[in-house]
Amino acid sequence: MSVEFDRKIHETLADAHLQLAVYTATGRLKEKRIECVSAGALPDYQELRSQANALKRHAIENLDYYLEEFERNVEARGGKVVYAKDGTEVADFILALAKERGARLIVKSKSMTTEEIDLNERLEHHGLESVETDLGEYIVQLAHERPYHIVAPALHKTRYDVAGIFSRRLHIPAETVPEKQTAIARAVLREKFLAADIGISGANFLVADSGAVVLVENEGNARLTTSAPRIHIAIAGIEKVIPRARDLAVFLKLLARSATGQLLSVYTSFLSGPRLAAEIDGPDEFIVVLVDNGRTRLLPDRSKRESLFCIRCGACLNACPVYRKIGGHSFPWVYSGPIGAIITPQFMGIMHEPSLPFASSLCGACAEVCPVKIDIPKVLLELRSEVKKSETREKQNRLEKLAFRAFAFLMTHPRLYELAGRMARAAAPGENGGWIRTVAPPLNLPPVRAWLGGRDLPPPPSRSFREMWRRR
Amino acid sequence: MSRDNILHRVRTAIGRSAGAPPDDPPPVRLRVPEVDPDARIESLIARLEALAGKAYYGVDPRAFVADAIRGRTAVASNSPFLAECGIANLPGVRSGITDRDQLREICAIADIGITSADYALADTGTLVLLSTPCEARMISLLPPAHIAVVPRNRILTGLDELLSVLPDPAAASSSMVLITGPSRTADIEQILVRGVHGPGQITVLIV
Repeated sequence: MSVEFDRKIHETLADAHLQLAVYTATGRLKEKRIECVSAGALPDYQELRSQANALKRHAIENLDYYLEEFERNVEARGGKVVYAKDGTEVADFILALAKERGARLIVKSKSMTTEEIDLNERLEHHGLESVETDLGEYIVQLAHERPYHIVAPALHKTRYDVAGIFSRRLHIPAETVPEKQTAIARAVLREKFLAADIGISGANFLVADSGAVVLVENEGNARLTTSAPRIHIAIAGIEKVIPRARDLAVFLKLLARSATGQLLSVYTSFLSGPRLAAEIDGPDEFIVVLVDNGRTRLLPDRSKRESLFCIRCGACLNACPVYRKIGGHSFPWVYSGPIGAIITPQFMGIMHEPSLPFASSLCGACAEVCPVKIDIPKVLLELRSEVKKSETREKQNRLEKLAFRAFAFLMTHPRLYELAGRMARAAAPGENGGWIRTVAPPLNLPPVRAWLGGRDLPPPPSRSFREMWRRR
Repeated sequence: MSRDNILHRVRTAIGRSAGAPPDDPPPVRLRVPEVDPDARIESLIARLEALAGKAYYGVDPRAFVADAIRGRTAVASNSPFLAECGIANLPGVRSGITDRDQLREICAIADIGITSADYALADTGTLVLLSTPCEARMISLLPPAHIAVVPRNRILTGLDELLSVLPDPAAASSSMVLITGPSRTADIEQILVRGVHGPGQITVLIV
């Protein structure tokens, strides 16, 4: 286990307030989910999960087809699709566009994909202002932290923490009532929405047959982000594409219930292009950036590509006994909990935090609640086996390194080298070779003998080049 | 940029060739139950009230709105249905705006936004609004209160029926939004607060 991982876990465990906050918040989300997926509330829940799994599997197995269909449909309605292999390409594209359009202020709605690539930091580094507008994300951004939970980013902050953050960063008197804190954020962010040049959103789904971006939220900030500024850029992982608008009947029901225990989230936006000529408002430009950022690395392996089915509902975090103790910030990357434990090693490389796949009791609660039926424990086991394999490889590498170091030592010490040469001559069997062919019987087993039967080292000359040189 | 490269990597990984047709997708799964109109109305009202919204059936929409906007400012969409209900020309209601910037300014200071709704979903208490030349996005979004007027024959059973009658929402509009209750958050200590960025009050008049 890395020192960092270990330290963060122990810090979280030692913080009684944090323990209580995480435990109650996840507990509440967990209860709400159970209520609305129970047999009484949603009799066909299991059927919906199977359908969602089948749809995701189908979409991923035909991913290039649906990406191209999505792209064609977006372009047919006057939108634009851009592919980016990583965060640098995303940032370069946005910076170039902002420069061309003279844009300075960006409003952002919640997106895990942009967290992955540290988009805000990249844009702000180049002098743009990029403001998170989801209340939780806004708090976390002001505190210079990363989201604690996929759907509840500021889950670890108390109202008193928020009061401190607002008063420090917004230069206002401390306010500890959540209603009033929300009103403060509303007022500050309202100004930003109305002044922003570009709105950046993520995407919960990309609908291939309509060329639409679907966004699910409760606050209204995603609606404002995508309809107030003149330019709307949606940034989405390539795995977000689903075949048909009609498939949303399955996914929307599962997503809202699994994430927050709602029948539907307050706002579901189905956005399929820039505003049409006669429409009164909406963006003039509609751009979708399709991001790889490591996703294609997960595709070849049939069972591991299941990680790409994830719809980011966060249900596995709330169900996970490990997440509920060690919290979101102990995890080494933006994705935490069980889904983070399987995504992070595959995106960042298995040795980024080799102990991550082991930080699980394999109790299976995550797989039980997953709305798209990702077999998380199974993927964890596979990752464990990979960690072990790569550790063994590393050990073998160490042996090889040792051998080369010895060789290098020999080569850089002439006297030692000559001594070794003389010893080799002394040990040599004679003119007719058979130097190593006559290996002693215990080592001379059939496979070794077969290999040695056809090759051997040449007999060493009676004098070495160095000796000849000296006697010249 | 990286388009061809990414698509190539995808194809190599999943073993497909460019332009190959996809496998057969799983069949569309839409289940539309039989629910009589009165039960739909009842369910819509119950669901909305559970979300702290309000819903009324059988009230005179003009009189209701006139009463609701007393002493407050309101902006209404250009929907012919609102005109038909006698709402658009009520004193104190701004309507008929077609300029984006002007509409935005008015919505930013109005107390109430009034719209029609293309559909409502009975089993979730949801309004369905398509953006059109008559229905702008800002009216249901910027003001702190939203009143929507929906004809009773537009109440569908739920999401499945909506996607059966509207299998391609993109054909009709660049934006379809489903609104299920007032704007809300629970981001601070899981305490429910209504009216974050969108309207904190929502009232549906079924006519």
